[in-house]
Amino acid sequence: MSQVLSISNLKANVAGQEILKGLNLEVPQGEVHAIMGPNGSGKSTLAKVMAGHEDYEVTAGGITMNGEDLLAMEIDERSRAGFFLAFQYPLEIPGVSIANFIRAARQARLQKGDELDAVAFYKEMYGKMDELKIDRSFTGRAVNEGFSGGEKKRLEILQMMMLEPKYAVLDETDSGLDIDALKIVADGVNAMRSPERGFLVITHYQRLLDYIVPDVVHVLYKGEIIKTGGKELALELEDKGYDWVIQEFADQEVAVGV
Amino acid sequence: MSQDTATAAAVNIDQDAGDFSFPEDYAYDAGTGLSEKTVEYISGVKNEEKWILDFRKKALKIFEGKPLPTHWASKDLENIIFNDIRYYLAKGQQPSRSWDDVPDDVKETFERLGIPEKERKFLAGVEAQFDSEAAYSNVKVELEKEGVIFVNSTEGLREHPEIFRKWFGKVIPTGDNKYSALNSAVFSGGSFIYVPPGVKVKHPLQAYFRINAENFGQFERTLIIVDEGAEVTYMEGCTAPKFETATLHSAVVELVAMPHAKIQYITVQNWSANVFNLVTKRALAFENAEVRWIDCNIGSRLTMKYPGVVMKGRKARGEVISIALANDGQHQDTGAKMVHAADETTSNVISKSISVGTGRSTYRGMVHIPKHLKGCRNNTECDALLINSNSRTDTYPAITVKGNQHVTQHEASVSQVSEEQIFYMKQRGLNEAEAMSLSVNGFVNDLVREFPMEYSVELKRLIDLEMENSVG
Repeated sequence: MSQVLSISNLKANVAGQEILKGLNLEVPQGEVHAIMGPNGSGKSTLAKVMAGHEDYEVTAGGITMNGEDLLAMEIDERSRAGFFLAFQYPLEIPGVSIANFIRAARQARLQKGDELDAVAFYKEMYGKMDELKIDRSFTGRAVNEGFSGGEKKRLEILQMMMLEPKYAVLDETDSGLDIDALKIVADGVNAMRSPERGFLVITHYQRLLDYIVPDVVHVLYKGEIIKTGGKELALELEDKGYDWVIQEFADQEVAVGV
Repeated sequence: MSQDTATAAAVNIDQDAGDFSFPEDYAYDAGTGLSEKTVEYISGVKNEEKWILDFRKKALKIFEGKPLPTHWASKDLENIIFNDIRYYLAKGQQPSRSWDDVPDDVKETFERLGIPEKERKFLAGVEAQFDSEAAYSNVKVELEKEGVIFVNSTEGLREHPEIFRKWFGKVIPTGDNKYSALNSAVFSGGSFIYVPPGVKVKHPLQAYFRINAENFGQFERTLIIVDEGAEVTYMEGCTAPKFETATLHSAVVELVAMPHAKIQYITVQNWSANVFNLVTKRALAFENAEVRWIDCNIGSRLTMKYPGVVMKGRKARGEVISIALANDGQHQDTGAKMVHAADETTSNVISKSISVGTGRSTYRGMVHIPKHLKGCRNNTECDALLINSNSRTDTYPAITVKGNQHVTQHEASVSQVSEEQIFYMKQRGLNEAEAMSLSVNGFVNDLVREFPMEYSVELKRLIDLEMENSVG
């Protein structure tokens, strides 16, 4: 079985409008891939489709995770199978404490009838909170309620650490972060890099990639990957913008007579 | 029953756990329908004094003379056919003091509901009512020595008239409403409690009400008198099997908190969805006394209940904390009544309701502060959570404040669990029911913290089960 997150010829609509237009992408285990692209290229749509959001309709293509058909699974099944999405805009869950929320998510991964070891759970969570410089008093606070942008993003990373996914998609995790918070978040992600785990980092800015150094960089434009390169591609994009890549892609299409 | 099963039952009070019944075997049966004969039968069986029979007969007249309150309340009340109901069913008159003496089927019922287990664990006294009469009633010897009385209504009126007669029917007059009049005519069972001055009962006293028979009406009557500086916590739970036909539960509960006394009254109502639950609850609080109603309504077809506190003494305090969960086909019509009748009295009402599917929750609040008083305070918060787009909630607050030396505050909110919140929770691996359940528990979380631990665990379980069932 191939240990890879594989997206092939993916087409998806939102409200009848096609946003993803035959997207191909492979993220092997152990690698960090970045997706960059101008506004409206379909970056967040890709993240939502992978997670299974019901507003997005897949019209063609497929996604497999280590050989398993991701699209055949319910949203929660995808999560339990090892797919994690760090949200661009994490939701508030009033009255539900962080500890209870993460505990419920962990409990959902156990066999029916098995109980989570609460002492071990708290020990583990406190350790990870310390790494992310999240004050331990936060465990009692309601999920994302009254949190700053940076606190929300750090909580996303905490959840990712506690759920130990096989593949994690980070949807513009850098947006709204100051440089200190960005470093903390990046350190958290870097600590999780492992040969058994793949990352797809969606970002608008190269800045994040100074701290989470990707193995591969993809450019998404109008619902397709139009260029793939090494980490230096991110720097080039930062330097020169997207226009040259778009132009290059248009020239290719002309050349092959599309 | 093994220790293990009993322990499991102690934490496993859910609607399905209550959905069983035993074949009927009653020594006393008032038959079907309501007339003066029914009242005479009940009174005769109990061998009551004449004043009680007269009280009942007068109440029956008042009941018959009062129209249904359908000009403001649910039309569903019209579906109660008073002539199809059986008003008194009992196996015997004397509650046992030991579970060993309780008839087997009744004992098994309460064991399945985990009552004896809870009694051993954390209760100071228990009364377990099966249809019309208590099958079991016991209070810890130490409390008895301190003069605490915990008996059923029949025994209370017969053995301790000097204590109970004075207040019986005084907090809630017979004619308060049609259903309090009905209860006054046919009441049976319920708890009569007296706590002498200065006695602080550390562990809760518990009553458990069980309906076993079909087409039956349960009309318990409770009167709790807590003397000067004394304190008590009383808890009641209730279940019934899921019958096809409507069942009526109509209780009257009167509390009297003498100066500096404290009463906490906790209800976890989990009737099956065929039960009309029409209950009148009110307290009198004298100087510096405190009465707190904690009221959770999870079950029933229609509940109408507005616990009240009449603050008669200076600095008296009244509080209602209520949680209502209205699932498909259910209507929880609940609220609070706060009557300020002395200076510097304080009342607090916090109500949270959850409507699921076609469930409907209604909040009715009454706060009354007359002009001649000064320094009164009221705080009312009512929050509603709607789970589905066809769920419904209504709020009818009535706040009458006269004079300008008072502080009142009213806040209300309606919120909905959004699709995006559910998506977020599912992305973390929770299924639909778990996500709903977490949201609902989050919504009531700050109130549940006010409960004794054993009950907050039970309530959380009940909510989980309700959400599981509603998602299917």
